[in-house]
Amino acid sequence: MLLDIADLWVIYDRIQAVRGVDLQVAEGEIVTLIGANGAGKSSILRAISGLQPLAQGTIRFAGQDLAKWPPQIRAQRGIAHVPEGRGIFGSLTVQENLRLAAYGRRDDQIQADLDRVYALFPRLAERRQQWGSTLSGGEQQMLAVGRALMRRGRLLLLDEPSMGLAPFLVKEIFRIIQDINRQGTTVLLVEQNANQALKIAHRGYVLETGEIILAGASTALLGNPMVRKAYLGH
Amino acid sequence: MSCPVAIALQYLLNALQLGSVYALIALGYSMVYGILTMINFAHGDIFMVGAYLAMWATLFLLGLPLNLPIIFIFLGSLLFTMTLTAALGVSIERLAYRPLRQAPKVSAVITALGVGLFLENFTLATIGPEPRQVPAIIPVQQYSWGGVAFTNVQLLILVVSLILMVLLDTLVRRTLTGMAMRAISYNRVIVPLMGVSVDRIISLTFAIGSAIAGAGGLLYGLAYPVLDPYMGIRIGWWAFIAAVVGGIGNIRGAVLGGYVLGTVEIFTPVLLASSTYRDSVAFSMLLILLIFKPTGLLGRPTVEKV
Repeated sequence: MLLDIADLWVIYDRIQAVRGVDLQVAEGEIVTLIGANGAGKSSILRAISGLQPLAQGTIRFAGQDLAKWPPQIRAQRGIAHVPEGRGIFGSLTVQENLRLAAYGRRDDQIQADLDRVYALFPRLAERRQQWGSTLSGGEQQMLAVGRALMRRGRLLLLDEPSMGLAPFLVKEIFRIIQDINRQGTTVLLVEQNANQALKIAHRGYVLETGEIILAGASTALLGNPMVRKAYLGH
Repeated sequence: MSCPVAIALQYLLNALQLGSVYALIALGYSMVYGILTMINFAHGDIFMVGAYLAMWATLFLLGLPLNLPIIFIFLGSLLFTMTLTAALGVSIERLAYRPLRQAPKVSAVITALGVGLFLENFTLATIGPEPRQVPAIIPVQQYSWGGVAFTNVQLLILVVSLILMVLLDTLVRRTLTGMAMRAISYNRVIVPLMGVSVDRIISLTFAIGSAIAGAGGLLYGLAYPVLDPYMGIRIGWWAFIAAVVGGIGNIRGAVLGGYVLGTVEIFTPVLLASSTYRDSVAFSMLLILLIFKPTGLLGRPTVEKV
């Protein structure tokens, strides 16, 4: 297992956002977490990347316990997180946002990856010298995904990548996620858009108030009457 | 020399010399504010320590039986001073500010004032209150050009300051470290996701800001060669105003503010025929500016798009 989470609890003040979650992601998979707002999906991602300390439980990444690694070490060892709200640096240009995301990389593929991101998102290429703060919501989303690609993570954590995007861009983003996955990156995808997410994912987990209530292959979840009713709208 | 233009130019040259020192110190205030939104009130005292360190370094190098060329003595003192003030700045952040990173801003500011008092009184206790004379390592040579007199020391101060400012500007605008600094000032929480250690960049910021203040101490000592443990207070305040006038958090603003304040300090006594009002002019200017342009001359209001 590339990612192995056991009995994860995340607590903000007195609110138990994640309550005893067990979750595994194998190398090469796309796994999706679906659930309503506040179900604890983002909190799980934040606990994995280290933005949020865990109250209890263990997270293993490639066999290593993450407890002692601060977030920047997790990022350097291969966990790329596209957070909720995107977190674009408005005081940096598009190009600088991408370049900074490759911080600490020692290989000589940085320029090649930059070209790859621009090829995936021609809109970013046009705006490469613009300040991050001038981008539209959709462009910010592209830039956030582009930054994660620049990190060259083994595991890509995506928090609502389709949020606020025009429908044609949503399709595009999901296609890109599949491409990235085929090129060898494991993906853990949090989505409100359960239909789209389950279509590209291999497996999925359904969360409700911080607990996993259902897990299985995407095809099984897509066919599950409860999932269809609650998350797919039919 | 009686030509009014030449006289004005003469004063302007003096303003540039003093402004350079203010600008160098203002940079440190501005960098730390940019990254931590905190005023490091001990910064003026780091400048003072720098001036003393520079004095010792030059005395030591002059005392060596090597008969070193002047340029080596100057560069050696500069390197020594900048290294030690960098270490001092980093230690202050590590020991005094970092433990308070999550505490209310007021706590950090009060701590900074405390650190400043400590540096002043530690210097007072160990070195004593008597003003110290900086050795004149550089034999002063007067030049005259079109009725304006200037010295090699003045030129040195201007040139060294300019080099440091250009280096810093390049660092902040062009390097990965500079990008990380700007990223932290925009959204510190997200920065670790880029693989960047926020603590490391903050340490570097303190190192660079303090090293530049140390260089300012050396240059100040060359131009105004009398040092005392409280010299950092007034100069620190003026440099702080310079940073705010220019737009605190903005590197080029700090430089601009430094020269504006240098000009105010030199020209006020000339225009008012008294130096009594120098400080009140400077502070009034600050007040008026902040009413009309709260973010300073080059500061931009922060607009965040979500």
